[in-house]
Amino acid sequence: MHSVMDSRPFFEDYSVKPMQRQFSPYADNGGSIIAISGNDFVVIGADTRLSSGYSIYTRDQNKLFKLSDTTVLGCSGCWCDTLSLTRILNARMQMYEQEHNKKMSTPACAQMLSTMLYYKRFFPYYISNILVGLDSEGKGCVYSYDPIGHTERSSYRAGGSAGALLQPLLDNQVGMKNMQNVQNEPLTIERAVGILKDTFISAAERDIYTGDSIKINVITKDGIKEDTFELRKD
Amino acid sequence: MTSILCPEIPNAGFSFENCKRNTLLQSKGLSLPKATKTGTTIVGIQIKDGIVLGADTRATEDTTVADKNCEKIHYIAPNIYCCGAGTAADTEMSTQMISSQLALHSLYTNRQVRVCTANMMLKQYLFRYQGYIGAALILGGVDSTGPHLYQIYPHGSTDKLPFTTMGSGSLAAMAVFESRWKPDMEETEGIQLVRDAIAAGIFNDLGSGSNVDICVIRKSGVDYKRTYEEANKKGTRQNSYRYPRGATAVLSTKIQNIEIETTVQHIEPMDTA
Repeated sequence: MHSVMDSRPFFEDYSVKPMQRQFSPYADNGGSIIAISGNDFVVIGADTRLSSGYSIYTRDQNKLFKLSDTTVLGCSGCWCDTLSLTRILNARMQMYEQEHNKKMSTPACAQMLSTMLYYKRFFPYYISNILVGLDSEGKGCVYSYDPIGHTERSSYRAGGSAGALLQPLLDNQVGMKNMQNVQNEPLTIERAVGILKDTFISAAERDIYTGDSIKINVITKDGIKEDTFELRKD
Repeated sequence: MTSILCPEIPNAGFSFENCKRNTLLQSKGLSLPKATKTGTTIVGIQIKDGIVLGADTRATEDTTVADKNCEKIHYIAPNIYCCGAGTAADTEMSTQMISSQLALHSLYTNRQVRVCTANMMLKQYLFRYQGYIGAALILGGVDSTGPHLYQIYPHGSTDKLPFTTMGSGSLAAMAVFESRWKPDMEETEGIQLVRDAIAAGIFNDLGSGSNVDICVIRKSGVDYKRTYEEANKKGTRQNSYRYPRGATAVLSTKIQNIEIETTVQHIEPMDTA
């Protein structure tokens, strides 16, 4: 340790003391996800920018994974972990279907994802996951996760590199937080998609890892509808 | 003798009085505040009888955008401007200080200052601080000996070049110059090349963004084009986010009567008959 009382400058390269160097198995590839649910639908959106440091890998990377006809998973963070996790997740869902002779429900899938994340408690997948779908009653549901499997069901959620920037906006506009004398009307698909797009516009203004465009999935009992929306490219 | 009315004038230069204390606190685990570093694209080229400088307008703080439209082309003298990348405070203060010294020098000698003088003063100042003043500069101007362009590194080394780029977007911008720059370009052609180089930085480097600023320096005068181009249009909102009246909570109300003493004085109109 460089002594405080030593006035000479400390140059690490010329130090003869042992130093530890290490390889980091993780990368942060950025990206943001937003999910908003209603009574009979759920929308999820993710930006399509994949980046590392100050450079962009691609402007067109889909981060939404269709797991079944009623379930979609959004992933952001370390992209190689995302690929790994979704591959195993798909395999596990196929095994479930063949063993039980039925499709996996969204809540069941949500529980399995939590178990799979916690299985790697001491070498976690470095991903911010948001899983959406319709529950057994056909209501929209949103499950959010931390990288090691803590999970929570909510009605709306923002995650990823701009998650902390966007969550307060959703709290106010979807959760009607911090307001008086406002009636909480049931959310329509149009309003939910509108809020989702506007939230991403704001994120692209201030977060360098969010931009280019967004992919949106709208899940209803009739199936999954896809949509895209352009964001700023700088 | 000092007092509040007559404070002691501090010594010139930096104050280092907290350095020892700060290293002690750091060794005990305190993390010191970080200075704003601007991931940047700045460029400069020599054209026929002139200089074109260019810069983006994004200032970042880690991964968030701190300023969406900041000014990175600084004034040095009526015939000299300077683009700055690196620690925001350092680029601003060092260009300001050199600018003031050159203004005095100009008055003393009764001449227009030369670009090589500005370059020498900046490099000697930066070298004195051994790179701790994190200013990476592109200095350009036109003087009695013609147009000049310099690149100045934070440690004080300089280059005199016909075209140059600096900042985190320097590679993207340099790719454009390497493929398209040629000697004695016309002004419109030069401006277009600088715009394209800055745009390359804005779109391909995450540390750079927003708008393009351009400054053209000729013998006849300077043309500072602030926001030459808005490279990115902001998205248009889908919904309205106006709050209904009464949405803000009123926590408490207190009415205080203010007594006002009034005296009414009538003024007779002036007799103008």
